[in-house]
Amino acid sequence: MSLELTAGLQKRSFWNNGRVRGYALQALVLLILGGLVYDLIINTANNMANRHIVSGFDFLWRKAGFEVSFSLIPYSGEDNYARALMVGFFNTLLVSAVGIVVATVLGLVIGLMRLSRNWLASHIALGYIELVRNVPLLLQLFIWYRLVLTPLPQAKDAIAIGSVTLSNKGLTMPAPVFGDGAWMVLVGFFVAVGASVLLSRWGRRQQEVTGRKLPTGMLSVLLSVAFPLLFLAAVGWPVSFDYPVKGNFGFSGGMTLVPEFMALLLALSIYTAAFIAEAVRAGIMAVSKGQGEAAAALGLKPGLAMRLVVLPQALRVIIPPLTSQYLNLTKNSSLAVAIGYPDLVSTGGTVLGQTGQAIEVVLIWMVVYLSLSLLTSGFMNWFNARHRLVGR
Amino acid sequence: MKNKLLTLMLGAAASLVLAGAASAGTLDDVRQHGFVQCGVSQGLMGFSVPDAQNNWTGMDVDFCRAIAAAVLGDGTKVKFTPLTAKERFTALQSGEIDVLSRNTTWTMSRDTSLGLKFAGIMYYDGQGFIVNKTKHPNVASVKDLGGATVCTQSGTTTELNIADYFKSHKMDYKLLTFEKNDEAIAAYQDGRCDSYSTDQSGLYAQRLKMQSPDDNVVLPEIISKEPLGPVVRQGDDAWFNIVKWVYFALVNAEELGITSKNVDEMKATSTDPEVKRLLGATSDDGTAAGFGIGMGIDESWAFDALKQVGNYGEIFDRNVGKDSPLKIARGKNELWMNGGLQYAPPVR
Repeated sequence: MSLELTAGLQKRSFWNNGRVRGYALQALVLLILGGLVYDLIINTANNMANRHIVSGFDFLWRKAGFEVSFSLIPYSGEDNYARALMVGFFNTLLVSAVGIVVATVLGLVIGLMRLSRNWLASHIALGYIELVRNVPLLLQLFIWYRLVLTPLPQAKDAIAIGSVTLSNKGLTMPAPVFGDGAWMVLVGFFVAVGASVLLSRWGRRQQEVTGRKLPTGMLSVLLSVAFPLLFLAAVGWPVSFDYPVKGNFGFSGGMTLVPEFMALLLALSIYTAAFIAEAVRAGIMAVSKGQGEAAAALGLKPGLAMRLVVLPQALRVIIPPLTSQYLNLTKNSSLAVAIGYPDLVSTGGTVLGQTGQAIEVVLIWMVVYLSLSLLTSGFMNWFNARHRLVGR
Repeated sequence: MKNKLLTLMLGAAASLVLAGAASAGTLDDVRQHGFVQCGVSQGLMGFSVPDAQNNWTGMDVDFCRAIAAAVLGDGTKVKFTPLTAKERFTALQSGEIDVLSRNTTWTMSRDTSLGLKFAGIMYYDGQGFIVNKTKHPNVASVKDLGGATVCTQSGTTTELNIADYFKSHKMDYKLLTFEKNDEAIAAYQDGRCDSYSTDQSGLYAQRLKMQSPDDNVVLPEIISKEPLGPVVRQGDDAWFNIVKWVYFALVNAEELGITSKNVDEMKATSTDPEVKRLLGATSDDGTAAGFGIGMGIDESWAFDALKQVGNYGEIFDRNVGKDSPLKIARGKNELWMNGGLQYAPPVR
């Protein structure tokens, strides 16, 4: 009797079992989603075949034929489309990486100013944040581009300090040319890094023992400059400089930082700094006031209290929104296309225009930005985990 | 949960419907919408430019009006979609527009690998350069531009032409490409670039918009062939024929002396069989000419187009030629019998 009852209960409860129902519904949704994606892909492929549109990634290995105004890697029109896209990719990386550093420093300063008890400082910061945050980035980009270009002189009247010149063609300076043995610079740099790590450990131990703080930070910077130079000198200085030569239309040779880069960097870092400043303010305000008072009671100066006690705790709150600001900055760098800075979207757009391979180029864009974003957020998550409050 | 599922299913149904919609013939679609969807530039004087009331004018615009007149009997039934150089082919491929009439150069790769077809050559153009002579008094030829920075719009044939030309003349150059023409022109006027390059007709058009047009000179060299014409999707031959023959009708009409002013009179009184065939006049025994019917549109297709828009010569003169601010000479766009390249097969 009782056995039958339980069997009956089990039978009835199969559909009423929350777990079974949950899995079944999830499987169904997954199936429909998969079907939709499959339908989308097959449909696109069929439609493209029907309309005689050539698809595939073979075009990447064809000759690009177009020049790019600014490149970190050697490139000419003789190279293929894949290399042209690489040029764009590195330009995106450059402006994003430099932009992230500048925006972080600027954002931190503005955020601290915003919290300052000095009326003027805090209101300047407030004005900055409200102005910059509420004007569309594209508009700011155009303004900065005009502001950078308009006051700069024509190439023939360039402002010159030695071989470094500034004109509306950009900031032109001699480019180092590395000969044989120049890799010693890298060796020197890594030796310096190793030495700095050892030095700072030793310095900390000394501080614990004697209570005196050694200027290890300063020394590390010195080392990382001195060692590479020393190593270079040891192998007979295999570095020469390619000096820019003035022609009819500005300069040839040397290296040039184009005005588009400067405008884009300014716009991106100033815009993002406003958001970072707010994140910094939120983070610092989240640290209980007692922490600052306790630090002061221990005799720490306000600057030290901020650096050693408040900021490390605030970081936990700051890092997650900071991560999304870094991602935003990287993605916003694609606005470069508006002012002619050859980033990935700009060069990709040219490739798209030349080849007509819209779906392929858009796919490349998506994959690259997605991986960049995932890498950045992966790194920031790791950083965040390191600064998490550790329960002891 | 139920709501989510419902949304998903609706989405699935919508995607199936959308997938089916694009497959009907373009002519049927145009009839159903009641207007021709025409892709044009974002503003190029003489070819397609909107005024403050969003009334479009220009050669490319007039060509779309002629199509609308031929197909729907009303040249105002056109919806213009401004497109960047980069967007234009995708817009046509995806069916967002019915015809691309946007100063587009006919090239082999565009014709053979994009699933598109060029229906004719509305304008024989070539790429040129413009420089500011107050900033660069020593430049009289493109050959003096060695080392110069050149601005242009991205996604066009101009980039490749410049690369070819400078390389074959062993000259250095830097290229700065912008998404929109206006930005490229602004950078040129700021002196960021030493020269701006595009099709020569475009140079004359942009020059008029510059701060001091007289300071800017178009250099004499033309470095490429730029045959500009309307584009349609491959695989819809009926629509392709209509677009192609509207263009031929405009050229034939000029050759036969039919203008928007005399077209009524010509249809009523002309005894020239070629004129009668083109204008769809019934012959003496009352039989129709049959050319419009053959394409699946009205017999008065060419009559409507000519009456409302005018012949090729009128379109040219009004928009870029002697009656326009651009004052471009007919040159290669003169009729074949006057030494130009505009030639249309007979209506027979």
